[in-house]
Amino acid sequence: MALRILVVDHNSERASVVRQALVDVGGYMVEVAPRAGDLLALLRTAQPDVLIVDLDLPDRDTIEQLRVATRERPRPIVMFVDQSDNSMMHAAIEAGVSAYVVDGLSVNRVRPVLDVAIARFKAFDALRRERDAARSQLAERKIVDRAKGILMRAKGITEEEAYDRMRRTAMNEQRKMSEIAQSIVTAAEMLK
Amino acid sequence: MNGDLTPVRAGFIPLIDAAALIVAADRGFAAEEGLRLELVREVSWANVRDRLMLGQFDAAHILAPLAIAAALGSDYTKVEMAAPLALGLNGNAVVVSTGLYRAISDAAPGDLNDPAETGLALSRVIAARRKQGAEPLVFGMVFPFSSHNYQLRYWMAAAGIDPDRDVQLVVLPPPYVADALAKGQLNGFCVGAPWASVAVAQGVGHILHFGVDLIARCPEKVLATRSNWAAANAPTLQRLVRACARAAAWCAAQENRTELAQILSAPERLGIEPQTIRQILDGRLMIAPNGETRADARFFVLDGWAALRPDPRHALWLYAQMVRWRQIEHSPAAVMGAAGVYRPDLFDAALTTRNDASAADGIGAFAGPLFTAGDVAGYLAAVARSA
Repeated sequence: MALRILVVDHNSERASVVRQALVDVGGYMVEVAPRAGDLLALLRTAQPDVLIVDLDLPDRDTIEQLRVATRERPRPIVMFVDQSDNSMMHAAIEAGVSAYVVDGLSVNRVRPVLDVAIARFKAFDALRRERDAARSQLAERKIVDRAKGILMRAKGITEEEAYDRMRRTAMNEQRKMSEIAQSIVTAAEMLK
Repeated sequence: MNGDLTPVRAGFIPLIDAAALIVAADRGFAAEEGLRLELVREVSWANVRDRLMLGQFDAAHILAPLAIAAALGSDYTKVEMAAPLALGLNGNAVVVSTGLYRAISDAAPGDLNDPAETGLALSRVIAARRKQGAEPLVFGMVFPFSSHNYQLRYWMAAAGIDPDRDVQLVVLPPPYVADALAKGQLNGFCVGAPWASVAVAQGVGHILHFGVDLIARCPEKVLATRSNWAAANAPTLQRLVRACARAAAWCAAQENRTELAQILSAPERLGIEPQTIRQILDGRLMIAPNGETRADARFFVLDGWAALRPDPRHALWLYAQMVRWRQIEHSPAAVMGAAGVYRPDLFDAALTTRNDASAADGIGAFAGPLFTAGDVAGYLAAVARSA
């Protein structure tokens, strides 16, 4: 299936270079939006797989919402940026943007950049998923530890007994340990 | 002495509440504090956030909830933020297309200035459209983490409208909203000054509500820095806060409004004609294409301690909106983190050298609004309001 690409750029010359390059290579469906007003309508109909965006457009905020709204199915985003603006690249990569097309690009550079963008996006997306999973595990462990402490103090029991109690409750109520722990912590805070 | 000025780089978005920062840079307040304040006009909030996080900006005019979201790392990288100064309160307006305005006024039994009435009317319009099988109404706002988003949601939810199901909320940059309204891509929006006025002047929309109708003292933008920058550059930050607070006091003085409108209208600042800016400063806005105006002195509030000193209650209210609309999960740590972005201690460190002639207004009263020598009546009114 052809990859759908949406180019958002007010610089029509640059946009047409990108479009031509992608059309020449083949295998891409390319649409160009000059700015956000049209972008909203286009996003509905075009459902792009990749967005290519001009960083000097306010449209970035619209795309930001899109990124948040489609967290389950994030799209790689490629941004145009001025050559002098190297560190913006790091910021945007951190933020989920996969690659940059530096100004003054030539037709034959577009394809490799896009390939890099998609590859990097996939790698980044995998990393982010891992990080999110690790984060929530850590958060769960922390809350369980806190709840254990509360139970030990309130009931005068050992750490093992406290853990056991929570585990049994979780099994009986068919809920996660972290949920039981959270209830204990919340209740303890309310009773303070 | 020019060689001795400390450089500070700050980003801003062309909006009326960047006034204190712009005037600090353009009218000598920063230089008086020994700073060379370089302002960079940005186009999107995401750019402002990234550049502030990265250190390309030392400080920025930024949406208060966005600074809080950045500090909590709720969406992006977590970077601790410090907001030593609020850049005023209020300034937003809810605008609807001429068509939706007609539908709302037809469906509103009572006072159109009452958001409970207009919300009820909107819910009726939505129900009627659903019956006809029409597409949901589309409302624009400027960023997911913005008071504009929360004001619209607050208004709708109070009337039983589910903003995630009954309407479509989209992010649209302010310079585009009037055009999108004209093209029918939007049915309404909530936006900061002066962009509501622009839509009304183009004859495509009505101002249905001033932001103050919905939230009387709505936190808006703050001056934010990275916490580690604030810690490492404490004297510079104090001078920056002082310069902006003195600039804000200057902006608030009625006698300076003509000059202020001129300064802000410059192409590299807001790039909007001075008359439009003047109307906003006066709190007297054209609300309908037929030229009808409405005045409210609270439309945009920049004067007084209470509007400038960061109030952690504001940070917590914004945090509560984020939790309410499922942008972040509630936790005790997040509560602390959100409140901790607002730093009245840094404001006080910069400004409450009591009995000191270098205090923001030359008086340095321990409480109450800043004294505005050029507007004694305005000062007395502010005293009455804050009493």
